Amino acid sequence: MAPVLFYMFAGLAIGGAIGVVMAKSPIGSLLFMVTTLGAMAGTFVLLEAHFLAAIQIIVYAGAIMVLFLFVIMLLNLGHDYQKDLKGGAFAVMSFGVTGVIAGFLAQELGTTGIQDGPGGASIDALIAEHGAVGAIATELYTTYVVPFEITGILLLVAIVGALVLAKKEV
Amino acid sequence: MITEALVLSAILFVIGTFGVLVRRNAMIMFLCIELQLNAVNLSFVAFSRLFGIEGQIFVFFVMTVAAAEAAVGLAIIISIFRHYETVNVDSFNLLKW
Repeated sequence: MAPVLFYMFAGLAIGGAIGVVMAKSPIGSLLFMVTTLGAMAGTFVLLEAHFLAAIQIIVYAGAIMVLFLFVIMLLNLGHDYQKDLKGGAFAVMSFGVTGVIAGFLAQELGTTGIQDGPGGASIDALIAEHGAVGAIATELYTTYVVPFEITGILLLVAIVGALVLAKKEV
Repeated sequence: MITEALVLSAILFVIGTFGVLVRRNAMIMFLCIELQLNAVNLSFVAFSRLFGIEGQIFVFFVMTVAAAEAAVGLAIIISIFRHYETVNVDSFNLLKW
């Protein structure tokens, strides 16, 4: 059952990603992006990362994408529908660059068929002991508590920076 | 499952890279950057099946940084739009020879 579901989510994610690149209007692009994010949340669930799947839906598809939507509507984009894909030599060059990246990735992944390692069992044990949220939380609030606090400072700086940048007269 | 997830992550990253390279609309370039970040998140989650829970914690931090980046980046796009009345990146050629 799980592999079938995985391939379904993978197809949905790839289709959505192609839609993001190819859609004519920014709103369409954004809705394809929400599809991709939802499908990726599905793959997170299949990889036993339940808390991250919930966060992916709530924070990414819910908050960040709505922020994008606000800005698209605020700037009134998407009415001109002019084709903004770069054509000609540049597109060919982009195909080349992405093809090289894809080739390297395929070479890396093709040589080593990776099987379920020791990490999977340890995560399953953590989830059984602490629950899906507790498994991340115990590690996050003990070993990684300093980076977690620095994250708070980063968010504060981002709030102040966004306000200063978007202010009417700078 | 892990290998398939890594392949999916690689495909999504490449599609995101291609989008950044070929689109001229700054908003859509930004969306494609988010797509790349998400592809990397997926490979972090896949590797957490191999190396333990730290991969998932990294994803947590990446998501936080992505939220901060989205807020600041969108503010920059808004202030650029006020100057140029467009978000087409070909119009921003002040520093281009």
